Amino acid sequence: MKVIVDEPKCVASGQCVFAAPDVFDQRDDDGVAIVLVEEPTGEMVPGVREAVAVCPAAAIRLTQE
Amino acid sequence: MSQRAAQRVVVVGASAAGLATVEALRAAGHTGQITLVGEEAHTPYDRPPLSKHLLSGDWEPDRLALRPDDALNALDLDLRLATTAVAADITAHTVTLSDGAVLDYDALVIATGVRPRPLPGVDGHVIRTLDDALQLRSRLRPGTRVAVVGAGFLGAETAAVARSLGCRVTLVEPAPAPLSQALGDAVGNLVADLHRAHGVDLRTGVGVVSTSDGSLALSDGSSVEADLVVVAIGSLPNTEWLTGSGLTLADGVVCDHFCQAAPGVWAAGDVARWHNPLFDTTMRIEHRTNAAEQGTHVARNLLARPEDRRRFAPVPYFWSDQYGIRLQAYGYLRDHDEAVLLDADADIRRLLMGYRRGERLVGVLGVGLPPRQLRGWRAAIAGAMDWAEIGAVSDAV
Repeated sequence: MKVIVDEPKCVASGQCVFAAPDVFDQRDDDGVAIVLVEEPTGEMVPGVREAVAVCPAAAIRLTQE
Repeated sequence: MSQRAAQRVVVVGASAAGLATVEALRAAGHTGQITLVGEEAHTPYDRPPLSKHLLSGDWEPDRLALRPDDALNALDLDLRLATTAVAADITAHTVTLSDGAVLDYDALVIATGVRPRPLPGVDGHVIRTLDDALQLRSRLRPGTRVAVVGAGFLGAETAAVARSLGCRVTLVEPAPAPLSQALGDAVGNLVADLHRAHGVDLRTGVGVVSTSDGSLALSDGSSVEADLVVVAIGSLPNTEWLTGSGLTLADGVVCDHFCQAAPGVWAAGDVARWHNPLFDTTMRIEHRTNAAEQGTHVARNLLARPEDRRRFAPVPYFWSDQYGIRLQAYGYLRDHDEAVLLDADADIRRLLMGYRRGERLVGVLGVGLPPRQLRGWRAAIAGAMDWAEIGAVSDAV
């Protein structure tokens, strides 16, 4: 599984960081989401799915690769 | 197993909350039939960009799709678009649709959202749907005289976009400053200055008395000549279809802290009024983030055994973009007892506000602040931080 953030869509809410702090962070200046672990596995996966669900900009996608 | 009791789920409302509900149902392993009923002909799309990137022309409608078609198809929904629910019978467990269909349900999720509050006597543009926004967009041209009634977030964002497109904009607000009642005077003054600096003719403390042939008469005796009027004076929850159903309706569908309105009936998103235990108050939240969180939460509670249900206790979050400056807030700012400026730069272009209710911190709002910095406050709100501690935390965050 690969995590992709659509940066222009991201609204810097930080919801993904609350959902999956090991996988996401935010840029210092504009708060746009950063993917720390591009291919999360195991215990990280439920949090990543949560982040996709709660992102208020629908800016996070998971691909099966 | 309650999974069996929730075999057939009907979700009324196919926007962010409804979509979050059906996705979370499938993610939790629900294999029973799910019907998703949507008033609009479009598949679920995102609303916040309607008054931002879509209105400005930066984005086209395809950019607003909440999920690609293949992801929607994978949810295996009985999707009924361009259809409304007209009645619910919570004893017989049925929902009647506008096309005459009667659906049996084991669980019903109400996510019918809100609609623009009308301004009596004024037939203006509104912005709730994609079609509304596209219609308005087609008329925003350089030099067009635009009158926006209501300087809440929607009206303020619309005014900002119209200015960026070269329109001549008048923004009319009955309160002394935009957003000041909800967010405090410092924020209201900042937003007012921002709009004036960008050439908006901001008229505060006045209402609209009447309209005729391209002219708005205001309560102070002045008038506004306009080629088009945008009405953005708040919203009304879509609950009329539930009148007489036996559900409690009071500015929304009234729910308990599990978001349950009656046995087998749940509500999520803008239309839901529920008791948030974190703030010990009932609230109805029209924020995009709440729609996703509450829909997800409802799906899980709906499938859980009663003893495993979890209370819905979120820290609300919202944002607004105006002239490239972002406002962001965590918490429940409405009904605060005091709004205090915690930090600001010299000319108050960037600021941090704290909101007190009783003896605790209930919210923070940042204007032009790095989002990462504001994020640190969420834990303090979730932890019901004592207002007296705010100075120490303010230094640390």
